[in-house]
Amino acid sequence: MNWFAFEHCLFCHGELKTAASWRSVFLKTEREYICGGCKNRLEPLKGDTCRICSKVLEAEFRKGNLCYDCIRWEENPHWSGLLTQNISLYHYNDFLKEIIARFKYRGDYVLARGFKPDIASAVKSMLFDCLVPIPLSPERQYERGFNQTEALILESGLQPTPLLSRIHTEKQSKKSRTDRIHLSQVFQMIPEKIPDINGKTILLFDDIYTTGSTLRHAAKILKENGAGSIYSLTLAR
Amino acid sequence: MRFALQTNKLVPAPLLLTSQDTLSISKITHLPVIPGNSSFVCNPELQKLLSGKQLLLDDLPFPLEEIQNHYENGMLSYRKGIETNGSTHECLRCGTKDPNWFASFPCSRCGEPCVYCRQCLMMGRVSSCTPLISWTGPVPAHEHSKNLLQWEGSLSEGQSEASRRVVHAIDEKKELLLWAVCGAGKTEVLFKGIEHSLAQGGRVCIATPRTDVVLELTPRLKAVFPHIEVASLYGGSEDRHKYAPLTISTTHQLLRFYRAFDTVIVDEVDAFPYSVDETLKYAVQQARKPDSSLIYLTATPSRKWQRDCRLGKRDYVTIPARYHRRPLPVPKFVWCGNWEKQLSKGRLPENILRWARQRLNEGKQALIFTPKIASMDKMLPLFRKLHPDIEAVHAEDPERKEKVMKMRSKEVPLLLTTTILERGVTFPNIDVAVLGAEDRIFTESALVQISGRVGRSAQFPTGDITFFHYGKTEEMLQAKKQIVAMNKEAETRGLIDG
Repeated sequence: MNWFAFEHCLFCHGELKTAASWRSVFLKTEREYICGGCKNRLEPLKGDTCRICSKVLEAEFRKGNLCYDCIRWEENPHWSGLLTQNISLYHYNDFLKEIIARFKYRGDYVLARGFKPDIASAVKSMLFDCLVPIPLSPERQYERGFNQTEALILESGLQPTPLLSRIHTEKQSKKSRTDRIHLSQVFQMIPEKIPDINGKTILLFDDIYTTGSTLRHAAKILKENGAGSIYSLTLAR
Repeated sequence: MRFALQTNKLVPAPLLLTSQDTLSISKITHLPVIPGNSSFVCNPELQKLLSGKQLLLDDLPFPLEEIQNHYENGMLSYRKGIETNGSTHECLRCGTKDPNWFASFPCSRCGEPCVYCRQCLMMGRVSSCTPLISWTGPVPAHEHSKNLLQWEGSLSEGQSEASRRVVHAIDEKKELLLWAVCGAGKTEVLFKGIEHSLAQGGRVCIATPRTDVVLELTPRLKAVFPHIEVASLYGGSEDRHKYAPLTISTTHQLLRFYRAFDTVIVDEVDAFPYSVDETLKYAVQQARKPDSSLIYLTATPSRKWQRDCRLGKRDYVTIPARYHRRPLPVPKFVWCGNWEKQLSKGRLPENILRWARQRLNEGKQALIFTPKIASMDKMLPLFRKLHPDIEAVHAEDPERKEKVMKMRSKEVPLLLTTTILERGVTFPNIDVAVLGAEDRIFTESALVQISGRVGRSAQFPTGDITFFHYGKTEEMLQAKKQIVAMNKEAETRGLIDG
């Protein structure tokens, strides 16, 4: 055990005052990876949220307990009911944007650990059979050096179950909503995993929920191959 | 990336035709050295991009086959990005050794746990399996004639002497500290030396910790070296891949250079972050050629460097007087009691108020330096009772630039500031006060720099500098001593009038 590992906040590199106390030694309490200041800059999604995607509902853009985006998804027979529920942990605010950009584009892998406590407790409260990371294409994964969603799962002390593969296309973040939704299927089921998912409850994991297109495409493939219900968990919304 | 170690060369795994044993580059003990093939015709674009640099594969928009071909002909080298010794690591790009800056991840490129450096991550991730790529072939030639410098100005006596010493140091490929008081005119002193180095076909770099200085120096140097290509480097600049005989760069951007320069000039050696950041010292050492000259510029060398100068351990030259031949204003010390306690009761010490009121009545602009943002915020409303246009500025202030502009255009009569305005900024005719000069943020060099804001222009060569304090500190005394000593030296050398 390295007693003095990470004496610094993973996000801002400021000093962490909680490093190795007697309490943490004897009670094995979960140690802190990020400082109070950075923690405060993460904004949890709270209050009146959309039943499906957990977006915070605004008066003008809602119908009952659904947001406009989800209503549009649910009106379309092709997509309706595919995704039972998405839970997102935080607002995709400027601070989180910066952290996620550093994590996935600059490749600062260890930042994933900063989200461990919140991811672990969210996953604990959910019932599922497989925790499935949204995959990257092999080309993209080589370029980045790691898959960010898998990293978040592993660093939270959980086991990912890879079921899907992805065909190489242009980066998602460079496309508009319409482009994304009308995108042809980029995911494929890994053939030898098909027998494992019959009737199973799947928890998909991704870093950001933007339009919900990625998760629904993944959900579609899984359902087509026999999965039961599909939930998802993302860091940001 | 993984490599196969073949007879005296490395072959990247993606280029292997048959299956062979491959290793992450950090696990290869002896990296082969390939002699240059003089008949090889290199790609001039790659040569320009890579000469004097240390870049990652991701920075090179060329096919891997072409890069490997240059490698096999001795035109470029693959070096380790991370050196690992047991459980300790060193980043060979930025020199970081502190274990707090390293982390490990399951790498898709080498398929192993890979250690990476978080210190220089923003310049592209260097991990155990990352090769640093440098040019080892012939460098691009640049035009060099005799009359490169086109400058009509003249140097003061003190500047001329310093200029001769700079040329000499460049000739001898030595280190030299140029210790010039605030307002001495350091930049002009460099012109001859830069011309000298360029004329011999040398590559010159001026490195400074601050982007503003890069932006300010670039047009000045382009103007006096009109026939020389100048690259201006800072975070996000467009010249990132430009090969130029004269480079002006933030010290941070030097991390991309490797054995590039015949002359490196480091501005403000004492300024944050150069003095605190070992990385940047490493960057300067990496960026210069093994056989090169290194000129340090400062108005305020650290005490260690001052001692080294006195003991003859460090070559140095001083310019103890300003260009306008008037002595430096010497700070006055004024005790102002427990100003923080007064401030907590919503009051300011009477002598400070008097000092401010006097300036306002005379219509002379003033800067008041304060140690902390929090106390500055409390002071502002109290000062504003004297005049509603008084402003306060600090590093994170979004309106920082506007406020400084307003000070320049004389819309602001008095500006409260943290140490961000301690250097670089020139207002022609101002008085300066430090409130709480005993605070530990006011080091000797900070106080000398702050005092250096007064009396800079030839038109208004004098002014008042007062340190209001709650107990004199060693730093205050040393700062005053340094200024007095410079004035004395200037007098002895006949560099000031009357």
